[in-house]
Amino acid sequence: MSARAPVSDGRHAETVQVEVVHDHHEAGHGSRKEYITGFVLSVILTAIPFWLVMAEVFSDSRVTSLVIMAFAVAQIVVHMVYFLHMNARSEGGWTMMALIFTIVLVVIALSGSLWVMYHLNANMMPMSPGDMRTMP
Amino acid sequence: MNSEPNPIDTYPHWWRLLFGRFTLESLPLHEPIVVGTFIVVALGGLAVLAAITRYKLWGVLWRDWFTSVDHKKIGIMYMVLGIVMLLRGFADAVLMRSQQAIAHGGAEGFLPPHHYDQIFTAHGVIMIFFVAMPLVTGLMNFVVPLQIGARDVAFPFLNNFSFWMTTGGVVLAMMSLFIGEFAATGWLAYPPLSNIAYSPSVGVDYYIWALQIAGVGTTLSGVNLIATIVKMRAPGMSMMKMPVFTWTSLCTNILIVASFPVLGAVLALLTLDRYVGTNFFTNDLGGNPMMYVNLIWIWGHPEVYILVLPAFGIFSEVTSTFCGKRLFGYASMVYATVVITILSYLVWLHHFFTMGSGASVNSFFGITTMIISIPTGAKIFNWLFTMYRGRIRFDLPMMWTVAFMLTFVVGGMTGVLLAVPPADFVLHNSLFLVAHFHNVIIGGVLFGLFAGIYYWWPKAFGFRLDPFWGKVSFWCWVVGFWVAFTPLYILGLMGVTRRMSTFQGTEYQPLFVIAAFGAALVACGIVAMLVQFAVSILRREQLRDVTGDPWGGRTLEWATASPPPAYNFAFTPMVHDGDAWWDMKSRGYKRPLEGYKAIHMPKNTGAGVVISGIATVFGIAMVWHIWWLAVIAFVGVIAATITHTFNYDRDYYIPADEVARTEDERTRALALVKA
Repeated sequence: MSARAPVSDGRHAETVQVEVVHDHHEAGHGSRKEYITGFVLSVILTAIPFWLVMAEVFSDSRVTSLVIMAFAVAQIVVHMVYFLHMNARSEGGWTMMALIFTIVLVVIALSGSLWVMYHLNANMMPMSPGDMRTMP
Repeated sequence: MNSEPNPIDTYPHWWRLLFGRFTLESLPLHEPIVVGTFIVVALGGLAVLAAITRYKLWGVLWRDWFTSVDHKKIGIMYMVLGIVMLLRGFADAVLMRSQQAIAHGGAEGFLPPHHYDQIFTAHGVIMIFFVAMPLVTGLMNFVVPLQIGARDVAFPFLNNFSFWMTTGGVVLAMMSLFIGEFAATGWLAYPPLSNIAYSPSVGVDYYIWALQIAGVGTTLSGVNLIATIVKMRAPGMSMMKMPVFTWTSLCTNILIVASFPVLGAVLALLTLDRYVGTNFFTNDLGGNPMMYVNLIWIWGHPEVYILVLPAFGIFSEVTSTFCGKRLFGYASMVYATVVITILSYLVWLHHFFTMGSGASVNSFFGITTMIISIPTGAKIFNWLFTMYRGRIRFDLPMMWTVAFMLTFVVGGMTGVLLAVPPADFVLHNSLFLVAHFHNVIIGGVLFGLFAGIYYWWPKAFGFRLDPFWGKVSFWCWVVGFWVAFTPLYILGLMGVTRRMSTFQGTEYQPLFVIAAFGAALVACGIVAMLVQFAVSILRREQLRDVTGDPWGGRTLEWATASPPPAYNFAFTPMVHDGDAWWDMKSRGYKRPLEGYKAIHMPKNTGAGVVISGIATVFGIAMVWHIWWLAVIAFVGVIAATITHTFNYDRDYYIPADEVARTEDERTRALALVKA
């Protein structure tokens, strides 16, 4: 909302344009084409992991779970781009900044927890005195 | 485990269907201390209710306060909530200090261990969640929109709803005192103790639901304030022209939004363990209690900074105002705040060095902990350099600031000491740790809040607080703090662990008696503070401030009237400088006296009270396993929320002539002062 109002400071005697309440620089709400692209992509990204598990494509289940996690990350990106309409410029860069901050924190929390719990497990499992002496 | 027969087994089936596991035996009628407290609280409560009815204040309370979406009123309600809960939390502290002062050498004291366990748990939970958090949120709510020249927060209804959710959590925590019991697990409810096998009673459930309900409020108010600060600053106020308090509030709310979901998730997992028999945190069947400890401190450490960053902001405002100088090193202050925000996520393991990770994990987290003290130290130097060659006025806020610097630095240094893993192995779970965190929370957060209350009180109510009683309170608090906690440092170094209700020998008793004396001094400080409020309200005409700027302020909140009108600023100010109001004053600012326009404002609504009221009922039903009520209340919360979205009658305009009338009144008052 933009209104002509006398500005209450000493520097400007004249009236100027003042942005009063909210500034509307929000991202667009996306087109039908975008939504359909996003939908198709997310269906594909969901179907492939199902196929990987049901058809037992990899013999090692650890490989399967890692590949599925990779697909999950791709899925997140698809949702952010096509459904949440995020890009580097939306909301004056604030969404990008928030995203980077979130990723940093999630990476810290997840990798930190894995490291901490793995270390704990390795250190606290019953072990022989010989193993104990060679602990890091 | 409890081997006594469960009284619920003697009740008929329909009773269990109707009241869940509530029995008449759940009422603690056999505990004289609780019954006595209940009688006093009930009489006091009845007196308050009677007084409100007698003076016909219900309508005023409901229309002007409970349903208000005005950020100033919500801020004040948060402050009242925090101060009331401070009395409850401090009562717990007095019980603990007196028990530990007498229970030596075979004496049992007056608190049985199970009751004592509940008291230290309740003390911790209440002081952090229901004293420090409401006070911090209240000050941010009141001050931030004024400092950035906004009319209200970004989502005014959400703000009211957040407040009532916090209050819902308080209601649950307070209920547990008289109906059933509270958790006896320590303030973070570590499993396996908090799991159903070892805590089968309602205590931990009260804990879980009180924190979940209040946590919703805290998270939403975090979202709200971030949006407010990012989107609603006055024109010209770039990020690097924001007042420091607004900066620290922004970082605090970012921490809230990032960390409270972790608390919610970990408590939800504990809830599943307790209610449906999952094994996330059990000792057997693949569960791992240490995962709970790990997760809850991923929330818990940022929480510490959530509390202390706004206090740092308050000290910054106070120091530059009362030294009559621009804050030294504004940019470094901002960067220090941001660095603390990020680093606060990298130190959580220092709360459980002893859990058995190897040397590499412990040294990593030890070093990050020591690193975080660097930006904090930089802040201390910034305040000192602001004072250097300043024209310091030692009003109460400045006195609190100096007391903070002296006290907090000691607390910070004992923190760095604890950050050394080998030292922590000796001091973990000892009274040294207890002394350390009280040293930083009282000396940092609470002193800051007191400085803030004294500093912004005239803005909120239009009159100053009485300085005499304020000084009495100040000296009692500061001296009392040191007398109460220095013995705890010494006892901790002697090896005394925390959370003990009795001691076999008598060698520790003298130090505990000194600590109890310190607590008594703090009690005098609290009483003096209440007297200060009462005296100031009675003498408000002598203490009146008409100018709206009693301290020679530097930031925008001092540009408007005290108390500010509902719309805060008749005209949105233009900002050219970091100390916007100082800059305006030094350029000979004149209040515009005409050209008022109608002002668009949000409308009050009772939806916040209703929805959080139903949410509180849901919490109570879940605690007592009253499933029918839980289902109804849960559906009720959703239905009430959806109904509220159909309320289109959300805003109104304050007509231009009403604005003109309000502003003219101020013009006349200002003219009277000048004459």
